[in-house]
Amino acid sequence: MKKVYKIDVDCANCANKMEEAANKTNGVKNAVVNFMTLKMSVEFEDGADVDSVMKDVITNCKIVEDDCEIYL
Amino acid sequence: MNKKQKKMLIRIIIAFILSIMLKLITKLVDFNTITAGNYIIFVLYLIPYFVIGYDILKKALKGIKNRQVFDENFLMAVATIGALSIALIEKSTEYTEAVAVMLFYQIGELFQSYAVGKSRKNISELMDIRPDYANIEQNGNIERVDPDKVEIGSIILVKPGEKIPIDGVIDEGKSSLDTSALTGESVPRGVNTGDEVTSGCINLEGILKIRTSKEFCESTVSKILDLVENASSRKSKSENFISRFAKIYTPAVCYSALALAVIPPIVRIAFMNLPPLWGEWIYRALTFLVISCPCALVISIPLSFFAGIGGAGNAGVLIKGSNYLEELAKTKYVVFDKTGTVTEGVFEVDGVHHNVLEKKELLEYTALAESFSTHPISRSIIMAYGKKVNQKRVKNVQEISGCGIIAKVDKKEVAVGNAKLMKKLGLNYSECHNVGTVVHVAINGEYHGHIVISDKIKPSSKEAIRKLKSIGIKQTIMLTGDKKEVADAVADELEISEVYSELLPEDKVEKLEEILKKKNKGDVLAFVGDGINDAPVLTRADVGIAMGAMGSDAAIEAADIVLMDDNPLKLSKAIRISKKCMRIVYENIYFAIGIKSACLILGMFGIANMWIAIFADVGVMVIAVINAIRTLFVKNL
Repeated sequence: MKKVYKIDVDCANCANKMEEAANKTNGVKNAVVNFMTLKMSVEFEDGADVDSVMKDVITNCKIVEDDCEIYL
Repeated sequence: MNKKQKKMLIRIIIAFILSIMLKLITKLVDFNTITAGNYIIFVLYLIPYFVIGYDILKKALKGIKNRQVFDENFLMAVATIGALSIALIEKSTEYTEAVAVMLFYQIGELFQSYAVGKSRKNISELMDIRPDYANIEQNGNIERVDPDKVEIGSIILVKPGEKIPIDGVIDEGKSSLDTSALTGESVPRGVNTGDEVTSGCINLEGILKIRTSKEFCESTVSKILDLVENASSRKSKSENFISRFAKIYTPAVCYSALALAVIPPIVRIAFMNLPPLWGEWIYRALTFLVISCPCALVISIPLSFFAGIGGAGNAGVLIKGSNYLEELAKTKYVVFDKTGTVTEGVFEVDGVHHNVLEKKELLEYTALAESFSTHPISRSIIMAYGKKVNQKRVKNVQEISGCGIIAKVDKKEVAVGNAKLMKKLGLNYSECHNVGTVVHVAINGEYHGHIVISDKIKPSSKEAIRKLKSIGIKQTIMLTGDKKEVADAVADELEISEVYSELLPEDKVEKLEEILKKKNKGDVLAFVGDGINDAPVLTRADVGIAMGAMGSDAAIEAADIVLMDDNPLKLSKAIRISKKCMRIVYENIYFAIGIKSACLILGMFGIANMWIAIFADVGVMVIAVINAIRTLFVKNL
């Protein structure tokens, strides 16, 4: 399953870091952050619980870039 | 500017004024003569330093807590604190540099955020085709409703100046439409009652009553918006290269900075019997940290692609991802579909050559047999028949791919198709000496004659192909299911170098595979089609380009790049846009990496001071961003 989220982040490198962090999260098959459109598209692994995975994604993104936001 | 940016601007101004004042004071008063003067001036300088840098210091602390050592904030914090400490220890009262590093870093960030925000806005304005409402007439009143809630078959009202919200057919009224948001074409298109209209066009003159033929989410405008919004999630190789590069670059420079701060002084003491000059080497190492920010690269590359895709969209070329933009720039082979791509795809019946039945009757049977088909040839026959087709008379329609149709009309078996179909059925048919597509007709197993249909070449096709050759396309190839004579005549006229004719849809894929195998590695093959029965070929080609998205959903879905109108000249424009974009991308990559490496080397030998490091960081970023924005301008390409 794939979902697109709106995000807010200030710098392009931070967006790359968020992408990396999201990709390392359990339950995420593939995540792409687009800094220009401020969107994160997340492909979930089969059977993953979207809500809890996204919570982890946010936690992981906050670690690499404190000043970021993902709107669920 | 948004609130965050305004706040930053104020901080920058305050810090700037404070630093200038301090600089003047230190010029006028010699603090070294005052007791603890150095400390006083140090504390004074801390004021603008904190004004401008408190958030960076805070983020740096958080970064340390989260073990994110190589983030920009941490680097800036270390570089500036280091510079302040050296100045304090060496009693040089030279604190401006540290404040300047922070100040310019923030100016750079502000500029970047402003520029990115601005181009985001520009591009969304370019693609501002989303209709906000639809007018519906209810009990004599006109009501505004959400376009999502309009059902198929409803009558909507579009006033002059409004966007058509949903695809449909004009029920009443005539007007001219501005299609520029969709096609980039500035000449308005005249429409009349009965014409199909596409959502996203702007009604210029009269009031139009439109019977909707689709739901909003299935309408052209929604499909396009969807495509544009999801575009750059497919990243190009250059973007991936840059994010990989940034990941290695920053730590590498940081470790070299550490080495630079420690190794030379130790070597000096241990082997050369010289004073270690710790301050000097640490200062050089700090300039490294300032240069180590990858911002210029990391922002300018995606920005170039984003602006390139935006500019192309404005010109009526929709690109589904930056990877396709990148591939398109490398195109060396262009393969065309014939019908609807280089020709109008609007067929006209040229002649009816009959032998048994009357002309009219032959046309009637043919039209009936073809009545369920959407193929342009079938439509032209139905058009030539001119009367309403009673589909109840038609049964058991079988479509024989690449050959034609066999159907029961009034209990007679009618076979309509090309020579292959006649051969399949074992019938003798007569050749036609007119150039054109020939549709043979057999009724109850007996040959009844044929209908000749011809298709016109688009007026701009010839120039389009000439232009393609002039921008470095090595080979133009045409694939078609049409007869050899017709195909050769078209290719000759247009000076297309290779033609493969009489291909079934599945043969087209095979032929394409053959061509793909033959071409040099690194050359990109683009296939251009109109999306009608060539979806598999569009998918198989390196870059699939569909033409004439106004109307064909299949095209939007199967292709990587969509030309909004069906003018083949757009193709060379699309390639030129991609080339310009890629040129700018490479300029930025070489420029940023070049300047940064040069400054690193100068810094290592102590030639570059903190100011040059600031230029290598912020200056390069500003220049790269301005350069990237150039990709947005594609009008004159």
